Amino acid sequence: MFIFGALLVGTILTVWAATLEFNKTHPAAGITVALIIASVKSFLVAGYFMHLISEKKAIYATLATTAFFFAALMGLTLWSMHDFPFFTTIKY
Amino acid sequence: MEIPYTVTPRRDTGLYNAKVGIWLFLASEVMLFGALFSSYVLLRVGADKWPHGLLNIPIGTFNTAVLITSSVTVVMAWASLKLHQFNKFKIYMTATILCALAFVGIKTIEYKDKFTHYSVRLADGRTMDGHIKGSPLFWSLKKLKDKNVETIEFAPDAAHGAAAAAHGAEAAKPAAHAAGEHQFEIIKVSDLTYLSAYVPSHNTYFAIYFTLTGLHAAHVIGGALVMTYILLFGGKMWRTQPDRLTNRVEVAGLFWHFVDLVWIFLFPVLYLL
Amino acid sequence: MAETHATTHTAHEAHAHHELPFMRKYIFSTDHKVIGIQYGITALCFLLFGFLLMAAMRWQMAYPNDPIPVVGGLLQKALGEDMVASKTVEKVNPDGTKTEVKIPGIMTPDLYNAFGAMHGTIMVFLAIVPLAFGAFGNFVVPLQIGAPDMVFPRINMVSYQCYFGGGVVMLASFFIPGGAAKSGWTSYSPLASIADLSHRIDGQTFWLIGMVLLITSSLLGAVNFIATIIQLRAKGMSWMRLPFFVWAQFVTGFLLLLAFPPLEAAGVMQLMDNVFDTSFFLPSGLVIAGQTIDVSGGGSPLLWQHLFWFLGHPEVYVLILPAMGIVAEIIACNTRKPLWGYKALVHSVLAIGFLSFIVWAHHMYLTGMGTKISTFFQTTTMIISIPSVIILTALFLSLWGGSIRFNTPMLFALAFLPMFGIGGLTGLPLGFNASDILLHDTYYVIAHFHYVVAPGTIFGLMAGIYYWYPKATGRFMNEFWGRVHFVLSFVFMNLVFGPMFLQGLAGMLRRMSDGGATYSITNSPGVEGALSEFVIHLNRDISRAAWLLGLAQIPFIINFFWSLKHGKKIESDNPWQATTLEWQTPTPPPHGNFNKEPEVHRGPYDYSVPGAKTDFSPQNQPI
Repeated sequence: MFIFGALLVGTILTVWAATLEFNKTHPAAGITVALIIASVKSFLVAGYFMHLISEKKAIYATLATTAFFFAALMGLTLWSMHDFPFFTTIKY
Repeated sequence: MEIPYTVTPRRDTGLYNAKVGIWLFLASEVMLFGALFSSYVLLRVGADKWPHGLLNIPIGTFNTAVLITSSVTVVMAWASLKLHQFNKFKIYMTATILCALAFVGIKTIEYKDKFTHYSVRLADGRTMDGHIKGSPLFWSLKKLKDKNVETIEFAPDAAHGAAAAAHGAEAAKPAAHAAGEHQFEIIKVSDLTYLSAYVPSHNTYFAIYFTLTGLHAAHVIGGALVMTYILLFGGKMWRTQPDRLTNRVEVAGLFWHFVDLVWIFLFPVLYLL
Repeated sequence: MAETHATTHTAHEAHAHHELPFMRKYIFSTDHKVIGIQYGITALCFLLFGFLLMAAMRWQMAYPNDPIPVVGGLLQKALGEDMVASKTVEKVNPDGTKTEVKIPGIMTPDLYNAFGAMHGTIMVFLAIVPLAFGAFGNFVVPLQIGAPDMVFPRINMVSYQCYFGGGVVMLASFFIPGGAAKSGWTSYSPLASIADLSHRIDGQTFWLIGMVLLITSSLLGAVNFIATIIQLRAKGMSWMRLPFFVWAQFVTGFLLLLAFPPLEAAGVMQLMDNVFDTSFFLPSGLVIAGQTIDVSGGGSPLLWQHLFWFLGHPEVYVLILPAMGIVAEIIACNTRKPLWGYKALVHSVLAIGFLSFIVWAHHMYLTGMGTKISTFFQTTTMIISIPSVIILTALFLSLWGGSIRFNTPMLFALAFLPMFGIGGLTGLPLGFNASDILLHDTYYVIAHFHYVVAPGTIFGLMAGIYYWYPKATGRFMNEFWGRVHFVLSFVFMNLVFGPMFLQGLAGMLRRMSDGGATYSITNSPGVEGALSEFVIHLNRDISRAAWLLGLAQIPFIINFFWSLKHGKKIESDNPWQATTLEWQTPTPPPHGNFNKEPEVHRGPYDYSVPGAKTDFSPQNQPI
């Protein structure tokens, strides 16, 4: 039940944080804050509701590998669209 | 030889078969939604203008709470079975399914709101976003011209076009509707260069919004169907193989938590940022 | 143990050991062996069909705009006059008058592109993967780990049905208005979305729907395989006692599981682009035939390429790893000694699996990526060649000092080694950014990947068919015709793909519907980089070799069916005298495979153990 409460608080926190002033001037900071809160909430769901915190090695290994590849997909693709040869810019 | 470890876990892995299966499947789902999230990031970063404030935040927040509640109830359902309280299981499972239906229902309302919201461009270069009298669904310029409609009655969101609409006037819209405060302008169809509802083809923002939330909603419906099946036909298995039913509920619960997890990321990314 | 017994009893009662009716036993079976054979037969049919598509294309390349003989008329009747044109000739009648005769069968560029795109799609997704992973994996893996079946038999059945459905959709796409998908098996946007603007539901739409079904099939299969290998290994079957074939299938399963979903996401997005006019992959300001198209724009064609190749690269490892596994098994058995470097093999295959996810953009060197990221992908590509070489070296070294039996499976397995070697080595210039600039999208690439898949994987799969045929049917395939099949296939494979390296180095590009004739020195004199007549004429030699390669498969097809009833009967359940567990079952293995759970006491390749009575010691033989 504690987790439930924490999740609801987290949700409200996310909404409130998005309305703060710094979002307009520093959108990157706003995104970071929102994603951190989302990560905490997802850790709670995964850890306790999905019982991941006491799960077996095989499951951890699968998920860790998956997380790595997801990060690679997102990160490398983003990087590729921002690394340009000299004197060029590509408009996607 | 029968297939072992369907109910009792295997010694060296500590897992029963269905649990391994569902976690593997969830890994693939992480990659699926991950790819869509990556696409969202890439499309947004590459865009000159990206709309903001077109989605209703209070409704989204409420939906988030609904889904989190349903995650709690499905855990309680599993716990009830572990404690051999079948009636409590039925109550909690029903609650979960009802939450799922509520989520989908609210999403449908949100979608309908989008499909009756139009964006028009006039020959004189003005762009306006707003509603058409009667709130029709999915009108397009081609349809209007085919039916030889001469004029439409259009109520812009604010006095000055799209820029104003982007400033969170959305939240006020339902109230404005009820209050009937709209002023309908008569616009000649021949003056229109573009007319479209907020559909995926209108812009990339809505394309990725509808794809992400649509796929998520499909998973909600799928999960709800599986849980309904377990609820309706679980009685028989409870009497013959209670542990197997408990495991099924646990596995369905894992899938359900994943669906909740995806929404926990979807909500801030789409609605807030 | 008691609990397992209790559950088995209850399941046992529910199971009722009466004979299943025909539909449940053969069509809607949940038995992994039946499903494996279903996958196998369907995949071989698609392999043949994909080959025939290419055979037709090769005519157009060898004799551009000449009507295809024999089948030209049929093609026109089946696919319509938009796709198959006719040549009008004047015929002089015996009485001196002239009549105009239309000879049908000229392949239009659209048809060439459609055949090309579908050849690639069918070969990769409907033939090789279902054969390597679905057929061999399903049949052999549970037997080799000592399991009674796959861990989710009903999901296994659904996985086959999704594959079958996907195949039907793909085949149906040939007959709809506009024809099949014609934007390459890679379906790059924006071409894929605009290739057929006159039809909203076109061949590309069918392709995408077919792909969704095939991806679902692969995902379900992958979950099944991985879970089975983790959970259903028999007692004593530790990870390092697994046959290498099982390790290969295990890694392949992970590749399919984690790499396919991004393509599924991309496929859904492209489907929306095609059918619902979204612009996920369509950039702003796209102009077709002088007119800006009416879409919202703002999309990114590069995004499709990234998502496609994120699958595309692990996909090629999916194509090769099962074949490596098969070859390893056959080499161990037919050299009568353990594989050299089992641990190295296992670590290498795990490394390949892991690295294959971070090399994908070496297919995209020419998209304007910057130097830093190109260097990153170039580096990972070079690193991934190391474990591949380790595996090949280990297999070569396994031959040293062996007592080699040159039966048909072994011939194919031995040929796999140099063929895959050529394929792999020729990949290196493609992996380097600088040399790839010259070789990208030329025939060099086609030669490279066909060497790996055709005389590579397919030889491995053929070896597997000849090797495990006795276990599935109780009879050997004919040895003489097997060797004929091998020699002819080996010779013609090299005659088809060898010259393509020369063509590619000369600059001949891919996917040219006239075989490059437009860019030949004859038709474009004085143009820098025009193709010499020698290069163009190679097309004819390659085409003839390809048709002969097709004819060389006829002994195989006849052998396959003839041996079912007339092949030499096996005299024991272990005709090859192998050590792995699948040879310790009755032939063919009954439902449930083993009467009671086998107990494994040894590693997988205990051949020629000093002091043993025979030159092989099965895994379940106590020490």
